[in-house]
This record gives sequence, C-alpha cells and structure tokens, in this order.
Amino acid sequence: MAEKVLMKGNEAVAEAAIRAGCRLYFAYPITPQSELIEYMAKMLPKVDGTFVQAESEVAAINMVYGASGTGRRVMTSSSSPGISLKMEGISYIAGANLPAVIINVQRGGPGLGDIQPAQGDYFQATKGGGHGDYRLIVLAPSTVQEFADMADLAFDLADKYRNPVMILSDGLLGQMMEPVEFKPAKTKEEMEKLNKQHYDWCMHPNEDEPDHHHHEINSLEIDPLILEQHVIKLGKKYDKITKNEQRHEEYNISADNKVIVVAFGTAARIAKSAIDQLQEEGINVGMIRPITVWPYPYEAISNVLNDKIKKVVVCELNLGQMIEDVKLAVNGKLPVEFLGKVGGILFTPDEIKAKIMDNRGE
Amino acid sequence: MKTEIISSGFGGQGALTIGKFLAKAGMREGLNVSWLPSYGPEMRGGTANVSAVISDRPIASPLVTYPDILIALNQPSIDKFGPNIKEGGLLISNTDMCPHGTKRKDITVIKAPMNKIAKEIGNMMVLNMVAIGIVIGKTGIVKYETLEEDLSKFLKKKNPQLLEANLKAIKKGIEIGKK
Repeated sequence: MAEKVLMKGNEAVAEAAIRAGCRLYFAYPITPQSELIEYMAKMLPKVDGTFVQAESEVAAINMVYGASGTGRRVMTSSSSPGISLKMEGISYIAGANLPAVIINVQRGGPGLGDIQPAQGDYFQATKGGGHGDYRLIVLAPSTVQEFADMADLAFDLADKYRNPVMILSDGLLGQMMEPVEFKPAKTKEEMEKLNKQHYDWCMHPNEDEPDHHHHEINSLEIDPLILEQHVIKLGKKYDKITKNEQRHEEYNISADNKVIVVAFGTAARIAKSAIDQLQEEGINVGMIRPITVWPYPYEAISNVLNDKIKKVVVCELNLGQMIEDVKLAVNGKLPVEFLGKVGGILFTPDEIKAKIMDNRGE
Repeated sequence: MKTEIISSGFGGQGALTIGKFLAKAGMREGLNVSWLPSYGPEMRGGTANVSAVISDRPIASPLVTYPDILIALNQPSIDKFGPNIKEGGLLISNTDMCPHGTKRKDITVIKAPMNKIAKEIGNMMVLNMVAIGIVIGKTGIVKYETLEEDLSKFLKKKNPQLLEANLKAIKKGIEIGKK
C-alpha cells in the first residue's frame, strides 16, 4: 500500500492527474480551485509537461481543444463562473469527438455569486450548458480520495469514448484536507502506449510509424446530411455510455427503510452523518449516492423502491436540480421531497435528520 | 470515538497549523481525519479558523458546528465559537490574547499564557505548539511521539533549533494539559 498523505482535494486531484499521464494543462485562476492551478504550475515543468496560465477561461478551453487533437492527455479546471465561460469550447470539443478532462470546483452562483461550496451547476454539467446535442460524462466525488481517484477514471473514460469528462466537485472538497493514497504514476512506456492508441484519430500521428496519416479534426459540417449522420453517431456513443458507465453507491439500504435519501457529492457526505446518527437511534434510512450524474443511475434508484418506502428525500446544495432526475427515476410511484441550501451555505446533519423524520409518516 | 475540533486565532498565529498537525498525527496513527479551513473574506482582527475531525469511523461531514474542543488563540475566537462548544467540552484559551475569557460553566477551561511561554522558549512561532501540547496532555487524542516524528521529518536537517523549540513548546503544553 502506498503511504497516506494529508492533502487538499484541489492538490490531490492535480497530483492524481499528473500520475494518470496528464502533461498538458491550461487554466485561469479562480477561488476556490486556485490550489489546483498552483500545483500544476509547480509540478508540470518537473515532468516535462506544459503548463499555461491562459489570459482567460475561453482561451484555456480552446488550448485544451487544440492540444487534445494531438492525442495527449489534456486537462483544465475552474470554478462555476469560469466554467460558464468554457461552455462554448466544451461543446466544440464534444462535437469534434475529442477526449479532455474538465474539473469544476463549484462555488455559489448565479453570476459571480460567492466562493463557498455549492451544487448549483448540476443542470449546466448534466443537461448541456454549451449548445447542441452533446453529453459530458460527469463524475461527482464526495471525498478527497474519490476526487483524486476520479482523475484517473476521467482520463480513461475520456479516451475510451473520445468524449470530454467533467469532475463536478465543490469548494468544500477542493479546500478540505483528508488522507489520500495515490496510484503509482504511469511509466514512460505506458504513456507512449496510450499515445499510440490515439494514432487512428489524432491530428498528427508519429511520422515514423509505417501507416501514419494526418486526420482532420473539426466540429463544422456545413452539409446537413453529413451533420445528421455525425450527430446520430454521437447519439449512439451517448447510448453506449449510458448503458455501460452508470455508477452509484448504496448506503445503509435495508428492508426496513421507510425513507430513501438521494444526494451526491458534498451533500451526500452530510446526509451520511445524519443517516449514521439515526442508525444509532435505531432508525434505518437508506441512501443512493449517484457517482456518475451523467449517465444518471435511474435504475439504481427505481430498483430500491418497494411498498415499505414512504418517501424519497433529495438533498442538494441548490434550489432543486438533481431532484428532476430522481423524479424521473421514481416515475410517480412515491412522493419526492426536497431539502436544499443555497448561497454557499451547507446544511447540518440535524437539518437532514429533521427532514427525514418529517417524512417517515409517523 | 469522534473528536471535533475548532482551532481559531488571528491570521499568523498558527491556528490552521494546529488543526493540520493534529489531523496529520491522527492519520499516522491510523485514524480517519479531516481538515477544513474557513476561507473567504474575513475582517482584519477577526478569526482564521479550521475544523478538524479525528475519528475511528469514516468522517461524513468535515464541517464542525459544535466542537468537543475549541482552541482559541484570541478573544474573537471565544466570542464566535465559545457558545457552540458541546456541553462538557473543552476550551483551551490563550490568556495573553483572551482578556475576557468565557462565562460558560458547563465546560472545562484550560488557560495558558501562550505568548509568554513562546517568548520564554525564544520563538513566537511555537505559540501554537503549546496549544497542541495542551490538547495531547488533556485528551491523549494523539501521541506525542507521532508529532515528534512528523516534525523531525522536515525540520531535523533544515532547522534543528526550530525543531527543538517546537518540541519544547509541545512538552510544556502537555505539562499544562495534564495538571
């Protein structure tokens, strides 16, 4: 086992990204993710990587677009207002079938909002944000360890499907320190192998290879019939991702659950506290924590429902966004209640406990 | 067993570092730990504070609202977090910077002139180590040896004098905590 180190989420995910083979990173600073860009600025030159602090978020995402075309592992990161600026570029990257990893360390919104943790970018991350028919694979960590582990997973998924992947974190996970264990860094040979896997599509494969030829990378198809085929193909890819990549965690699910909580990320952490406290009082409350928020684990939720369960309670650090997906999963079979907090304020375990007790129907 | 700690003081007093060293020592001893700093706008003369949790079970919420232990390096820290200390909890206060203390009678209060102690040791930077010592002496939440090992790792070669001052401060704190 590797030695555990105490690290901030922002630094841990940066270190994990480098170990996963990320050598190209472009970003613009913003609180509460600035430790991430700082870490990359410090560490990437040491591994012959390229770090650029771009003049804006728009420039950074377009550098990602260009660099991704070379078939190398590329990343950018920002926090909510900065991610909004990147949306055009993300749509282009998705349209051009390119892999890239984007980290959003969410803060309070809308507009400039504040710099405290929030989950108000759920819709933006999972339902679009940029224009056109595209999908991001969206991973939602709830611990610093998971945040770090997701760097590796995000690059693998991005490569596998040639699709941008977003890690949807927040200011709490970015700023807090927890023990982390890292996987060993990819060796030079492993990285070369990864790069070679991209020769069939990347812009300029190695000219020493016998069957090398250049590829055009583009998101513009002016002929509607060609664009139609292109978008249908994208749709098939999204279907495949939906089928293969749903991830979730089940917590304290048992036959005597009367309430099921659904929460992701930081909200799920706090909900776990409440569930643990209730368990000590002899009350079993189950929880589903979506780990991929796109593709959304609809079936995982509908599968745990039974006639003993009275209600589903959704807890989010926003006005109610993921609840729409939970309602789709529940499909009218049960009432779905909501507990939210906005403004960058966290709910306490007591507030979640109270909400659960209100809905147990006793 | 879960211990929730808030450590708080003026910027520069080392309140955040107290949380970090306790959490790190807890981690080395195989416990679950978390460290969450306050960040964002704070008035000059206000508090820089951190939530630290040390637990034998996984830590769900890293945010401490009602601490078992409050380490207050200045008066605003007592004013802000003192009322939230759990009944029967512990307040460690730096009397040099906390002239008013607390009115609460339902908690244990350990007072120490940390500025003075640090000055006697000869380095104001070790003020926060006195506080860590008191926590260890009173609660035994982590071992002195773990901290010594951790501090030695990065100070032994770089700055042996500072290491010695740090260890002296922790030991002094332990003495006070055990009383």
